[in-house]
Amino acid sequence: MMLNAPIPLLMITPLAAAVICMLLSERSRLLVSFAAVLIQLLASLSLLLLLLQQGPITHPLGSWEAPLGIALRADGLAVLFVLMTSVVAGIAALYAALYLTPGPLRAHFWPLFWFMWAALNGIWLAADIFNLYVGLELLSLAAVGLVAFSGSKEALVAAIRYLLAALLGSLAYLLGVALLYGAHGTLSLSDLSQQMQPGVASSIALAAMAMGLLLKSALFPLHTWLPPAHGGAMTPVSALLSALVIKASLYILLRLWIELRIHELAPDASQLLGWMGALAIAWGGWMALRQTLLKRVVAYSTVAQIGYIMLMFPLLRADNAEASTLALQGGVLMVLSHALAKAGMFLAAGNLILCTGRPELSALAGTSQYRPLSIFGFGLAGVSLMGLPPSGGFSAKWLLLQSALASAQWWWIPVMLLGGLLSAAYVFRVFHYSFKEAENSDTFHRPGVGLEICALALSAASILLGFIATWPLHLLTLPDILPLAVLPEGSLEQSLELLQTPTYETLHGTSEQQP
Amino acid sequence: MMNLLPLIVLMTSFLAAMVIFMLPEQEHRLRSLVNLGAAVLKIALILLLIQYVVAGFRPELRLEVLPGLSMILRADALAMLFAGLSSMLWLFTTLYAIGYLEGSPNRSRFFGFFSLCVASTMGISLAGNLFTFFIFYELLTLSTYPLIVHRGTPESLRAGRIYLAYTLSGGAVLLIGIVAIYALAGDIEFGDLQRVAEMAPDLHPLLHLVFALLILGLGVKAALVPLHGWLPIAMVAPAPVSALLHAVAVVKAGAFGIVRVVYDVYGIDYSWQQGLLTPLAIVASITILYGSLRALQQTDIKRRLAYSTVSQVSYIILGITLFGPLGTIGGLVHLLHQGLMKVTLFFCAGNYAETLGIHKINELDGVGTRMPLTSAAFTVGAFGMIGLPPVAGFISKWYLGTGALLAGMDWVVAVLVASSLLNAAYFLPLLYRIWFKPVPDSWPHEMITRYRDTAPLLLFPALATALLSIAAGLFAGLQISPVGWAELITLREYLP
Repeated sequence: MMLNAPIPLLMITPLAAAVICMLLSERSRLLVSFAAVLIQLLASLSLLLLLLQQGPITHPLGSWEAPLGIALRADGLAVLFVLMTSVVAGIAALYAALYLTPGPLRAHFWPLFWFMWAALNGIWLAADIFNLYVGLELLSLAAVGLVAFSGSKEALVAAIRYLLAALLGSLAYLLGVALLYGAHGTLSLSDLSQQMQPGVASSIALAAMAMGLLLKSALFPLHTWLPPAHGGAMTPVSALLSALVIKASLYILLRLWIELRIHELAPDASQLLGWMGALAIAWGGWMALRQTLLKRVVAYSTVAQIGYIMLMFPLLRADNAEASTLALQGGVLMVLSHALAKAGMFLAAGNLILCTGRPELSALAGTSQYRPLSIFGFGLAGVSLMGLPPSGGFSAKWLLLQSALASAQWWWIPVMLLGGLLSAAYVFRVFHYSFKEAENSDTFHRPGVGLEICALALSAASILLGFIATWPLHLLTLPDILPLAVLPEGSLEQSLELLQTPTYETLHGTSEQQP
Repeated sequence: MMNLLPLIVLMTSFLAAMVIFMLPEQEHRLRSLVNLGAAVLKIALILLLIQYVVAGFRPELRLEVLPGLSMILRADALAMLFAGLSSMLWLFTTLYAIGYLEGSPNRSRFFGFFSLCVASTMGISLAGNLFTFFIFYELLTLSTYPLIVHRGTPESLRAGRIYLAYTLSGGAVLLIGIVAIYALAGDIEFGDLQRVAEMAPDLHPLLHLVFALLILGLGVKAALVPLHGWLPIAMVAPAPVSALLHAVAVVKAGAFGIVRVVYDVYGIDYSWQQGLLTPLAIVASITILYGSLRALQQTDIKRRLAYSTVSQVSYIILGITLFGPLGTIGGLVHLLHQGLMKVTLFFCAGNYAETLGIHKINELDGVGTRMPLTSAAFTVGAFGMIGLPPVAGFISKWYLGTGALLAGMDWVVAVLVASSLLNAAYFLPLLYRIWFKPVPDSWPHEMITRYRDTAPLLLFPALATALLSIAAGLFAGLQISPVGWAELITLREYLP
């Protein structure tokens, strides 16, 4: 088959599946989707093998070379995100097939789902900023459709808000793309990274793009559209949105930041992103503590976790290779473990709602007694989100903490740790309800075994990530996308000196003042 | 094979937990079988490991989880001390819990998390570096929470919340300390003392700060004053859980962590030279006296025992801070002795509550006549806590006292004497009531009338641990006794 050319396969399969699904009967849609999921999994694995054998791959579509044609490229970072998508979306598709009752609702799900997947793969593999725009736009439309398709009034309102925010974000991004093209005459990221001239036009362009992307990523205070959309959508959709869709704009932001060397040229902007992230952690956590609906808790947790991911930007320091490498590793690992854990948590929350029949937290009393498996799935995902060991979330936090020390930005350490405690507070609040004495006997419904397994598989994967994190981190070095991140031997000691000098001086200074 | 043993030890409890979670609620017999089978198997495996360690081997398994950062499971002499204690007490606590929870709901959940707790404790004892230690230290927090809130009443939910607030915050502080020491010195494995000792002198203030952070983080679980607030509140949990918190796992994990930091990360020589031990000794002394004073004020039996734990665990920490082999032996051996004696006392308190509904101290009048064997076990435990020979507690205090004199810290002896007097003051009135007050007309709430004393499954563990407490004192000269083992560790620590 075409497995030796996985890149076009990754693009064409979801698009074809979307179109075919629209044409076929409902029953056949399911079959087509299963076949397509399988192809996607195989294609992403073969892309991984190709990357490991040959290094990063560039694939011109339709034989037109850049800058005229569209090029797709797969480096380690892109392949990591392709794999993440295949795992999470694959399991979410299985869950959706079991969760959605046969009927028009399920029928509408599949085309939208496949458009979403196509858009995601397009974004991960895009090599130019206009392709990224196309991907973003397609992604937004598919995601809005997925939010709206349950048809309830709240869902429609949430979808409209989401649509407005997403369109505004895309417009801002497009404005930036146009300005950059006007100034430099190219759209390719690699060309831009070489030709980029600091100037007013570039600054405005990048600011507009960043604003648009932050709005789409729901970074505080631009997050208001997210909780109703993610919390109100149907369960498999919530999982896809929180785990994958918002990661797309974050991914683009990270690409721009590194490849256009924003982290080097505008460190203040990085600090700003970090502080917005810190506020997001506080606000998202605080709001999650105050929700009465289970899925809203999980949705606000996403707001907080986006903030966590943002903390990697101020730690990407051009003048400190050690700190930058750790920050990139930690940030990407945070994205991966959040994708797995949040998808698992939304699915587990959906199962709990199926058990109780009501969306409120207070309905959970007694579930830990009668439906321990559902609570267990939620708990495993919670461990990773709280950043407790052993989990991918903990390893990510560890790397970010190390990075904060290595770049002597100690103020991010309390932010991360207090953020972790805040997430522990809202996760344990859910347990608190589930452990309450229930007067009634076992009156809960029983979600299907398949549904439980889907949730558990994703949650367990987020834990497992803590043990095998060296493996995805190895992919990040294919190639080293941080230009300065090549660590010579003994650089650890050097950066330690960087770290210790100021800390010691402050200590020394205070000890001298006191006597 | 030998190097796989630490992992197998860990897995026996972990797999037992998974199996128990999967078992349907009504499979009581099968669940008990899995539980006890795993507990016995674990003891056998630990004994096997001890053989290797005595012969000078150091079985170890490692997995690189992040670049330059490994998870290490390793059986050294200190690990065997704690693992041996936990696995032995585990068997008795499991037996006790099976008897205690007979007929109550949610046993599948309870025993599942119970086994998860012991798995975490094994991980804590077998951890070969601070990173691995931290993983299991936090896992212990997570797996104890469901046990504390087990009853689902508002008080137990509140206790669970307070427990988490204390321990997770402590964990966060500990994490800062661990991350900082990794940034300073890299992946320090336990026992690799060169890294800290050879650090440039201008880094020493930073190392002291990190030391303080580590102790602060660990001090929450070790219930150092003023971080002890969670322990008396967690009293609402069922008696087997109290035994777990006070004797087998949780406070011990904190104390054991402090032992590791002082002996195997910073090294006793360095800590002593840099004057890190004296502040710790002062905190431990304050905790010892404060805990005893508060114990004196309590009217509830379990609360009095809880404050007694606050006080007794700091004997371990006090012993560590006394530079010199005798102090070290005293601290390490008390890790075991306190566990044996306190678990006995909690079993007995649970028996009083479950058999006759006795919770308050003034309800103990004359109970020695009704429950002579339980009361005898309680008396042994109390004598041990006071430090009367031949019970094990005497040995601890003897080593601590002579260790203090050798270390030139004479004031510690005064602390020990004062605390022994306080121990006597809060335990002897109980014993007086139990044995010498007249039997009341009726008990507060008599639940078990079939037996002369109490149900065999509740009685046997209490008697067994009481006998072990005496045996540990009587046979202190044998190599397999706690003292013998602590001497072996001390020998290896001071003469590497």
